Amino acid sequence: MSFQRPMATERSATGISTCKLGVYWVIGSEIVIFGGLLAAYVMFRLAHGSWAHESAHTNVVAGGTNTLVLLTSSLFAVLAHQAAERKDTESAFKFLWCTIGGALTFLLIKSFEWGGEIHHGLTIHKSLFWAFYYTAAGIHAAHVICGAIIMAIIAADVKKHKDLQRVEAIGLYWHFVDIVWIFLFPLLYIAK
Amino acid sequence: MSQDHTHNHGDHHQQTFLEKYIFPVDHKRIAAQYLTTGMFMGLLGGFFAYVFRSQQAHPGHEVPLYGLVNANQYNALTTSHGTLMIFWFAMPVLVAAFGNFLIPLMIGADDMVFPRINRLSYQIFFLSTVILIASFFAPGGAFGGGWTAYPPLSSTAQFSTTPWGSTMWIVAVGLEFVAFLLGGINFIVTLMNARAPGMRMYDIPIVLWTIVIASILFMASVGPLLAGAIMLIFDQTMHIGFYDPQKGGDPVLWQHLFWFFGHPEVYVVLLPAMGIVAEIITVFSRKKLFGYRTVLFTMFGTGVLSFVVWAHHQFIAGIDPRMSNLFTVTTILISIPVTEMCFVYIATLYKGSIELTTAMLFALSFLAAFLMGGVTGIFLGASGADTYLHDTYFVIAHFHYTFVPIAILAGLAGMYFWYPKMYGRMMNETLGKIHFWGTFIPFNCIFIPLFYTGAAGDQRRVYNYENFPHTATDLHYLRQFATASVIVMLLFQIPFLYNYFVSMFKGKIAGKNPWQSNTLEWVAESPPPHGNFSEFPNVYRPPYEYSVPGRDKDFWPQNEPT
Repeated sequence: MSFQRPMATERSATGISTCKLGVYWVIGSEIVIFGGLLAAYVMFRLAHGSWAHESAHTNVVAGGTNTLVLLTSSLFAVLAHQAAERKDTESAFKFLWCTIGGALTFLLIKSFEWGGEIHHGLTIHKSLFWAFYYTAAGIHAAHVICGAIIMAIIAADVKKHKDLQRVEAIGLYWHFVDIVWIFLFPLLYIAK
Repeated sequence: MSQDHTHNHGDHHQQTFLEKYIFPVDHKRIAAQYLTTGMFMGLLGGFFAYVFRSQQAHPGHEVPLYGLVNANQYNALTTSHGTLMIFWFAMPVLVAAFGNFLIPLMIGADDMVFPRINRLSYQIFFLSTVILIASFFAPGGAFGGGWTAYPPLSSTAQFSTTPWGSTMWIVAVGLEFVAFLLGGINFIVTLMNARAPGMRMYDIPIVLWTIVIASILFMASVGPLLAGAIMLIFDQTMHIGFYDPQKGGDPVLWQHLFWFFGHPEVYVVLLPAMGIVAEIITVFSRKKLFGYRTVLFTMFGTGVLSFVVWAHHQFIAGIDPRMSNLFTVTTILISIPVTEMCFVYIATLYKGSIELTTAMLFALSFLAAFLMGGVTGIFLGASGADTYLHDTYFVIAHFHYTFVPIAILAGLAGMYFWYPKMYGRMMNETLGKIHFWGTFIPFNCIFIPLFYTGAAGDQRRVYNYENFPHTATDLHYLRQFATASVIVMLLFQIPFLYNYFVSMFKGKIAGKNPWQSNTLEWVAESPPPHGNFSEFPNVYRPPYEYSVPGRDKDFWPQNEPT
């Protein structure tokens, strides 16, 4: 059951590769999804002054560490792209897995963070602030997981010298996941 | 730009049945899958309409082929009718089926740029269909909170009485959104990148612009609702309270999230319908589209404006009246570009050499009926008048005078027009005309009475007016007349179904270009083989060069070298 890529995929009337164009539009649609969720959160937050007390209990250390972890993982994604550009598949493979390692570290820290919070009764049911907190960060985490899985698949292909153009594409997606966190962290953890 | 080599399919292995029909990557097969599912769900939605309108006409009586309709079932039927028709009929047929079939062919490509994501989008859509239909059989029955699903009715099982149905409904709708996001990305990137050499921006047929702009509108508007859907599922299953004031939430948040999507959504279905009509009226008046750039930029403007009108659905929801003023202004304004597009189409017809094929009849009827729908929207867009008319049958008649032309009249126009390309055979024109008149006349007979009953006070979503003796009982004959017309209209779909399936085998052989049209899909064989073109076309001119003076033929295909 061999799949033959159509000629259409190689065409480029815009000058941008279809792979990159596709990822841009995926990112565009995700911006609207997260944008909507966060806009709803911000409107609620502005209307409920009491949420400042709730958000004081978020684990800023864990959140801050995770910010550094994600930013570093994005750096590895850039290094992977650079390696792919010079057709260095060995390095690209390693750097992609360093990025995935960052994702796993992020998720590990988060599970300890959330485990602690739940243990102290700060569950999704505690208040609407915590409902938004777990929903927004949870949807973000789901994107981290899916991104990491896709990255692993691309890394496997890269090792076989296949579809190197996808390293840049998944890197772009990863930067987006990173940027969402850059918004989430101040909004959920820091804002008073 | 890379040289396009003809894709050699001679060495392609013979596809298995599973590869060809169940898990295809070919855009034409995927289009057929969407079309089949969409048509089936459309007929199911029509059946639901027959059932609940029969209950309206003869309350408390057993409905033939269904049985007794109690209050909960009535709500489930009307909810499912709306949900099915918009998400599982109009969008799959107009956007997914026509988009998938036409885009690669009309740009001279061999497939979409992401065929496997294309296949995935249908698979997710199919899953959403299965979940929705399963919800009809779930304990407690199908969700009955309206296709608009306002909380607390939709969020609280205590009120909805359908704990399973409610959650399955929103999960199905959410998955459908994901499927269309994926499909839309494919359409957008394919149109942007995979065009034939020489096809510049203004050489793109209008129908492709409409489908792609619709995909962009969908993408830009559905995101917040997808987030809102997750919040609704959490409220339903974990009693979180995003929409519950007692827990700090707000039910109006859902309304805003829903309608921020819901309004652009109607343009998501309108635009492809207008695109289909544009292709048909140019071919069957042998005339250039009156103002291609006018239509195009008007379409952009309509799309942008569609994002700032949504609260006209919430005029009596308790929003600030100053907000209502703003939204009245924007709503009245948006009627201008849409009307302008219709006038451009009428100007295209003027002094054209009109050929009244079935496709053309449906296309013309779209213009007439949609204009009526649009005009009645003006009353509803004015917040003052809407205070009275909101939630009456006037609203129902208005949106059916827009939705039915969009989904049914334009959808059928498209099917009759591209059928020869899809199946290589012509449909029977006599049966087509019977189908047309038997659809168009009953359609008007259903909804004109409902304008009256609505203005007289008939509220929506009422399963038995006998419980409200003060409503216009002397107009009950109008409710019954509307119901009878539904039955007539449904019966007249039989000649269409017969025509559709029999012509596949017995219809006259169509050849490549039976309508003598300019656009690239008519260059391919009928039906096009896997890969579409034996030799990929280049484009030398815009798509509507009909009746060009000085030429012996009244059409000038885009791919004919100068």
